[in-house]
Amino acid sequence: MKPTLLLGTRKGFISYHFNNGKWQMENLSFDGVPVSIAYADSRNGTWWACLDHGHWGVKLHRSNDRGATWEEVEAPKYPEGEEVKDGMPAVTRYMWAMAHGGINFSSRLWIGTDPGGLFMSEDAGNSFQLVESLWKHPTRKTGWFGGGRDLPGIHSILVDPRDEDHIYIGISCAGVFETVDAGKTWEIRNKGLRADFLPDPYAELGHDPHIVVAAPSNPDAMWQQNHCGIFRTTDGAKNWQYVGQTGGPAHFGFAIAVAEDNPEQAWVAPANSDEKRIAVKGSLFICRTDDGGKSWKELRNGLPQENCFDIVYRHALATSGDAVVFGTTTGNLFLSNDRGNNWQVLNNYLPMIHSVQFAD
Amino acid sequence: MPTVKFTKALKRFFPQLKDTSAEGNTLVEILHEIEVHYPGMCSYVLDEQGSLRKHVNIFIDGSIINDRTKLTDSFSEHSEIYIIQALSGG
Repeated sequence: MKPTLLLGTRKGFISYHFNNGKWQMENLSFDGVPVSIAYADSRNGTWWACLDHGHWGVKLHRSNDRGATWEEVEAPKYPEGEEVKDGMPAVTRYMWAMAHGGINFSSRLWIGTDPGGLFMSEDAGNSFQLVESLWKHPTRKTGWFGGGRDLPGIHSILVDPRDEDHIYIGISCAGVFETVDAGKTWEIRNKGLRADFLPDPYAELGHDPHIVVAAPSNPDAMWQQNHCGIFRTTDGAKNWQYVGQTGGPAHFGFAIAVAEDNPEQAWVAPANSDEKRIAVKGSLFICRTDDGGKSWKELRNGLPQENCFDIVYRHALATSGDAVVFGTTTGNLFLSNDRGNNWQVLNNYLPMIHSVQFAD
Repeated sequence: MPTVKFTKALKRFFPQLKDTSAEGNTLVEILHEIEVHYPGMCSYVLDEQGSLRKHVNIFIDGSIINDRTKLTDSFSEHSEIYIIQALSGG
């Protein structure tokens, strides 16, 4: 288990550190400011804070000393004249995903945004450029739409560690896109997904993958917690299969995490339905599959089982070794040291938690 | 020369912030001069397409500006230009 937890919350950037057998709060930065993503670059230990000031716009800061000091760098900006759709100027409204570009591209970083632009930096984040090929994709203006946010947004960026020019992104709402040439060209990868809210549920576009993740031990094994259930692929997103529980709790939700050492093992945080978006029957639990989604176990030990309203946002469930952690919309932070069989409370009094990441 | 005043909320990001006289014939020119005094300020007040951010207001001599997109509202040599944030959220 990595010994640090980074939290992006509605009221600041928070880190916890595991020391002498205890998790303790290590750092609070940007107190009072909404942090959409708290991200640690595992290549160099740099911490990144994606801020969403209500008044002053999105801002990007980095720290090379575990949050003791921060430097503001220019957040991704849409070039002058770009439009979300005809007559609507494109401005960065939210930073919704961040990923490093891999060990062979040590200065490369990716950021996904609302309203649908992917940005790349080749200079360690000093500047970001819009990935024009995706922004000018012929489907964007007519086939992408808002889901979770008012406008389309990129919330998932998966860099293939075997070939770091090979990348998948997840867009709500459009679906999964793949590039094999670092973003010069893109293929749509939604085959097998079902979008119940569309006139044609099997349309090529318009899907709502709440989050897409790849198994570290086999990057072709990918999972997504979709608006319409849980889907899995074992062939690098060429074909997706539904692996949730029709009529059971492992169906609707936002977050999914896959074990570092086992592409068949994954966790989801079920929520009660698209219509309500609250805890299932007032109780909080995580579901785990150990067999690639054929069956799911409900993991409740140590989690509150009545009067709960918590749900878990898409970036707020993470795993490292045997540890699993999740943060909730009502500011609860829970951790398991045994892959979810038993849970402990780390804090019941945090702000709404947007993102959770294990870090060194 | 008009005087630009700021909400104290901006002092968190620009600790040296104070009332600042700025030369310019348009609001855009004024803000560009403010940017020279306080690098980065424009990105807090305007979005990257040059429009006033949704929850920011500019008052000229006590009146809120009309043109939030191109900032064409006029002012005089002795005008007071006040940059404030909307009061919202919780």
